[in-house]
Parts: sequence; structure tokens; C-alpha cells
Amino acid sequence: MSTSRHVLHIDWTRCDGRGLCAEILEGALGRDDWGYPVVLRGDPEHRTDLRLRADEVTAAEEAVALCPVAALRLLRAGVG
Amino acid sequence: MTMTSDVATEPIGLTPAREGRLLAAEAEASLASHVRTFGALPRREPRAMLRELEASGLTGRGGAAFPAWRKLAAAAETASGRRRGRTPILIANGSEGEPLSWKDAVLLQNAPHLVVDGMLTAARAIGATNVLLMVNADALGRVERALAERPDARGIELVEAADSFISGEASAVVNAIENDDPRPTDRTARLTESGLRGRPTVVQNVETLAHVGLIARFGATWFRSLGDASDPGTRLVTVTGDVPHRGVFELPTDATLDEALAVAGADGRSASAALIGGYHGAWVPSRSFRTPLTQADLARFGAQPGAGVIHVLGDHRCGLQTTARIVAYLAGQTANQCGPCMFGLPTMAARFEGLATGSAARENAAELARLSDLVVGRGACHHPDGTIRLIRSALHVFASDVHAHAEGRCTRRPA
Repeated sequence: MSTSRHVLHIDWTRCDGRGLCAEILEGALGRDDWGYPVVLRGDPEHRTDLRLRADEVTAAEEAVALCPVAALRLLRAGVG
Repeated sequence: MTMTSDVATEPIGLTPAREGRLLAAEAEASLASHVRTFGALPRREPRAMLRELEASGLTGRGGAAFPAWRKLAAAAETASGRRRGRTPILIANGSEGEPLSWKDAVLLQNAPHLVVDGMLTAARAIGATNVLLMVNADALGRVERALAERPDARGIELVEAADSFISGEASAVVNAIENDDPRPTDRTARLTESGLRGRPTVVQNVETLAHVGLIARFGATWFRSLGDASDPGTRLVTVTGDVPHRGVFELPTDATLDEALAVAGADGRSASAALIGGYHGAWVPSRSFRTPLTQADLARFGAQPGAGVIHVLGDHRCGLQTTARIVAYLAGQTANQCGPCMFGLPTMAARFEGLATGSAARENAAELARLSDLVVGRGACHHPDGTIRLIRSALHVFASDVHAHAEGRCTRRPA
């Protein structure tokens, strides 16, 4: 599966673990003991950004739009 | 008297009078004493100064050890590039939230003029028009008096730091100044690109800037004449714990842990381990006290010199109990912003308490390992990561204690 040039950025200061993103991006995002999203791939020491595959970008856009606390942003990879 | 000499071309390469660097002038040095010791501050041409800093290899002394020149160069570049017109801001960070560190307090008390020299030099090198100095409440009076002594420091704005562990984190410093909220913020751009009020912002530790004040005078070659080749110079260390003389000492960056203990009057034979880097640091067992306190040598312990914290654990103490107390403190210092930290740290603190007191020790140790893997890398700042570094290190270095606790024993010699 090809990698896109986008990452899904989680603003932990806003996120309160509603879990919609983990449903929309099942397989890429899981949930921890308290319901907060867990990036399931990549470097475990840097799990604030989810590197998106090309076929996940549309779902990620949906997750950004539906997050009730606006804790998600779609960014260009390599930022930050 | 002014601290800035008029000669922009004064040669680099003179050496200061005494061996000690940062604290070479007398205690609580006045401006006159400071100038007598170090000489007047030359005005360096900005690009030449950045090159000199790059050649010096000076790294940040606040904890992260990032090359000092790179932050400055990045901010200068942002200001001259596509975001033209946004003049950079320089913030000297003297907010020392680490309970085991008071080297910045000692520096500000005794050598505030060297810090100011570094601020003026760095500000000039990046064309900063706003220059701020953030210090803890205790240092305000001393620093205010020092600033009043010199006309070239009139533009420096003095700010009081919040009294909390994480308030010294760079984004928390910016947030405190901009919004009166000393908590870290979510960042998707570097502060050197967009920091305080959207302007390129450099946050440098006060000790880092004091070294800049010396490099402006004596140059990169002089700076590199002491310390480790890849991370040169000296650093201030705060030695605490089970040693005869606790205090702040200046050591070359390649000094060993044994040498650091020696200046505090200890020989290391009655110690079981030392915590390096502070509450977010890692334990080094006493059999490895010949390790130099460099980034490269400490890496195998998961430690880094950080802000120069060395906390010695006597062999009459239980490392698990000491770590449990620190983890409990760190859990209490969560800003309650990020879920994994807000819920994860208190859960881990409770598990560590169980491990330390010997209740279900094996199960608690296993759960601590799982929770560390779950929480790490998931926060706006590194408070959870630093806490997990300490937990993982303790589980590793005190593995035999974990085993003993599981069997209802403790390996430590009774006090």
C-alpha cells in the first residue's frame, strides 16, 4: 500500500478520547486503557502523528471533520 | 561604564584569568568585578558570531543538548526568508523546575552579567528586537539589580517563571509569556519558525547563554580546549543525595561520574547507583561510575547529561522506593491536558508504589512495562516520555531488587 504525503496530527491537549477517529481509521488507530487513540504503526516514541497511507487520506479527512473536540489536523509529512 | 566595547574587530582568542569558566569572577559578582575578570564584551558581527558558535560545538545546557547555534541560525533564517518582517525574539530560560537542580539559580546569583552578555550576543546574532529573561521568583531581585547596573541591558524584559516542574519546557515558557498559562502547548511548527506571537523565537537556557558570553570573548578554539570533542566545554552540575558536600560544580563535559562524586566529597563505593539527568533521567549503577558524563557514553544507560543533575543513591537505600517517590511527584506534576499523561502517570505511580512496598511486585513490574510501552510518545510535551525513561531505567538497573521484592525481601543494607 503506498504511503501518502500526509500525516494525521493528534492535539493531545484537546483530545478527550471520544474514539470516533479509531472507528473511522480502524487498523491504523487503536484505543488505550482510557479510550485515547493509539497510533498502531511507526516509531512508538513518536505517536502524535499518524503517517497515512494513500487509501486512508479520505477517512482521515472524515475523522478530522467529525472529531467533536477538533483535536485532529491533516498535515504535510515532515512538518514539526 | 558600559559592558560593550566599541571595537567590533577585537581579536578572539584571549583566555580568561582563572581556570573556572562560568563562575570565575567572585561570588555575587558586580559588573565591575565581572568586567575585571572577563574583560569587556566585544560586539561580534552577526554571521561571524554564528559561525563561531557552530565551531564551538556548544550544546544547550537546559536538558535537550540541542546545538546552540542551530536554533539561532534557524530563527535568523526564518526572519530573513519568506516570513520577512517578523523579527526574532530571544528568551533566556532560567525557570528551573527540576527539584534536583539549582545550577541556574547559582549562575544567576553569581554571574548574572555573563548571562546578560550571552543574551546580548545571541540577540545581536539573530537580529532579535525583543529579549526576555525568565527566572524563578527567588532570583528576581538579584537579576533586577544586575540589569540596573548596565545601560546595554535596558531592553531586556524580566519575567517571573511559574513554580512547577514542566513550566521550563520551551512551549510552556512561550505560553506563559503570551497567555499567562505556563503549560506546554500542542506544536506543529518549531518555535524558531513560529513562536511567541507567531514570531521566530529562540528559547535558550541561561547557562547556555553564559557560555555564549564567553565564546564571544575567547572564541571557539578556547571553548573546545576543555571537555569532550563532540560535545565540548564545561557544564554546571548539581550533585545531591548521599554525598558529603551537595552543591553546584563546574566540570568539563567529559568528566566521569566518579570525578563528579569526588568534587562532592564522595568516592562512590558506598553508593548503589546515581540518577543522571534529573527526574526525567536514568539510573547508572555504581559499577559503571567510571563512565564519562557525555551524551555518547550515557546513551547505553538511556541517560543523557541533561541539565547536569547527579543524584547519588547510598547503598542503604532502596532504588525502587526512591524511584516510586519521584514517579509519584511526576504524576502530580501532569498539566492534566493530555489524556495518556493525565491518566497514565497516576496509574504508573500507583503501580510503582506497589512494586516499592513489595505488594504484588512481579505483577506491578510487568504492568509498568506494559503501561510504559502504551503511553510513551503520546503527549504535547515530553513529561510522560521523561517519566517513562525513569521507570524503564529503574526496572532495568534495579532488576534484582524487583526480584527480591517479589519474594518479600529487599536487597538494601539497613540504614
